[in-house]
Amino acid sequence: MNSFAEFLAMGGYGFYVWMSYGISTVVLLLNVVIPIIQKKQFLRELALKQKRAK
Amino acid sequence: MSLMSAFFAVIRRDLILAFRRRAEIANPLFFFVLVVSLFPLGVGANPKLLQIMAPGVIWVSALLAVMLSLDSLFRSDFDDGSLEQLLLSPHPLTILVMAKIIAHWLVTGVPLLVVAPLLAIFLGLPEQALGTLFLTLVLATPVLSLIGSIGVSLTVGLRRGGMIISLLVLPLYVPVLIFASNAVEMAGNGLSVDPQINILIAIFFMSAVLAPLPAAAALKMSVN
Amino acid sequence: MSIVPEFIVRFYHKTASPPYFYSLSNKLLPWLTAIFLILLGYGLYGGLYLAPTDYQQGDSYRIIYVHVPAAWMSLFIYVVMAIAGGISLIWRMKIADVVLISSAPIGASFTFIALVTGSFWGKPMWGTWWVWDARLTSELILLFLYLGVISLYGAIEDKRTASKAVAILALVGVVNIPIIHYSVQWWNTLHQGPTVTKMDKPSIHLDMLIPLLVMATAFKFYYAIAMLQVAKVEILMREQNTQWVKKLLEDK
Repeated sequence: MNSFAEFLAMGGYGFYVWMSYGISTVVLLLNVVIPIIQKKQFLRELALKQKRAK
Repeated sequence: MSLMSAFFAVIRRDLILAFRRRAEIANPLFFFVLVVSLFPLGVGANPKLLQIMAPGVIWVSALLAVMLSLDSLFRSDFDDGSLEQLLLSPHPLTILVMAKIIAHWLVTGVPLLVVAPLLAIFLGLPEQALGTLFLTLVLATPVLSLIGSIGVSLTVGLRRGGMIISLLVLPLYVPVLIFASNAVEMAGNGLSVDPQINILIAIFFMSAVLAPLPAAAALKMSVN
Repeated sequence: MSIVPEFIVRFYHKTASPPYFYSLSNKLLPWLTAIFLILLGYGLYGGLYLAPTDYQQGDSYRIIYVHVPAAWMSLFIYVVMAIAGGISLIWRMKIADVVLISSAPIGASFTFIALVTGSFWGKPMWGTWWVWDARLTSELILLFLYLGVISLYGAIEDKRTASKAVAILALVGVVNIPIIHYSVQWWNTLHQGPTVTKMDKPSIHLDMLIPLLVMATAFKFYYAIAMLQVAKVEILMREQNTQWVKKLLEDK
């Protein structure tokens, strides 16, 4: 494979290959990002709850 | 009370209770007949098509009918507190659960055995396959009750466990469905069904031995 | 268990404590992430660039570098869940419960990826978005097994009971996976005839194999990372009323 354009084209199968890798990347990213956001949110809410309890 | 008499007492009790609610027993049966009847309406009355589909249609419908009836396995006992009594019994829960499963099969599986061959004829299943159909039903409907008991016992504490039971139980039903419907199909073509039947027998023994255990464990956990 | 060295036994007992597990995860995560990224980079470079174009399938076969590792992970994670379930039921280890339920969405995601990438591979190869081939059909059923675990856990309010329920379910499921796989494979051969699908057992060239194994290893590190992220949230939620969590909040 010589040029970047050829790389993207993947011998004509570009759509299928990049959709596969794209969807996989999105799903795997979500699986890491969502818990991180959940953790921050949870700790924030917990801190608020504790402040109110005092 | 010895274990044997406790075992049969449980079966007898469940059968008596089921007999008192005879109308309810009919429900899974009506569902079965209805679902099978929906298929010709849905795919057209082409006799060749129906004949090809017959084994699968009968078996999927039987599966769904048994699955719908699973709730009755523990539901009324859970509601009136007799399930807790069962758990308090000195006898091993696994054996008592087996008794309940047997009673359940007698009440829901056996009627299917009677009705399914009739429906099969309406779908045009070749007569030479009817014996195999009956055999697969005899072997596999107990398995459906056995595997189903695991799903029900996991969800008996839930208020609306219905849909979840199907999600839990249907994937586990897949091997039974594959071998049973295929056996009937092969029999219709006049081919040997020994491998399929042997596998169904193996699955039967495996579930008979293995299924009551997690079902009992799940019951203990669900009720407490 | 005198064959097991003392420090391993002590370590095992320590990790059973949620605060220790939590801080251990935080310490491990940067390293796991670094290793993952290196392996991922090498795997993708090898798979997308270095590996030669396939004689029959052209470049579309490169989907294999996500499809197969994802499928392997989907099975691996279910087995891990079952082991965690067994440990939880036998030794009543809270962390085992956490590992089980944290792994479920990741396992389901890998199963989903395997199915979707399988579709994208199949479309140019076989002309349809879905084929009822043995592997894809088994993966589909595996997805339902994962969804069952997730749904059951969500449906039961008391999380301790819920943990026991999914532990039982995971163990029952893992026993059934080989049975389901075998029966689906058998079912598939009935209607397929003698043709062997290219997806089943590619006779694979070493240049193509190495990136595959690298990606598989990378995905294992990814699983550890993602699982620990979910586990941290799960632990915080379960332990929100304890001293160590309160102290964690104050330290922020």
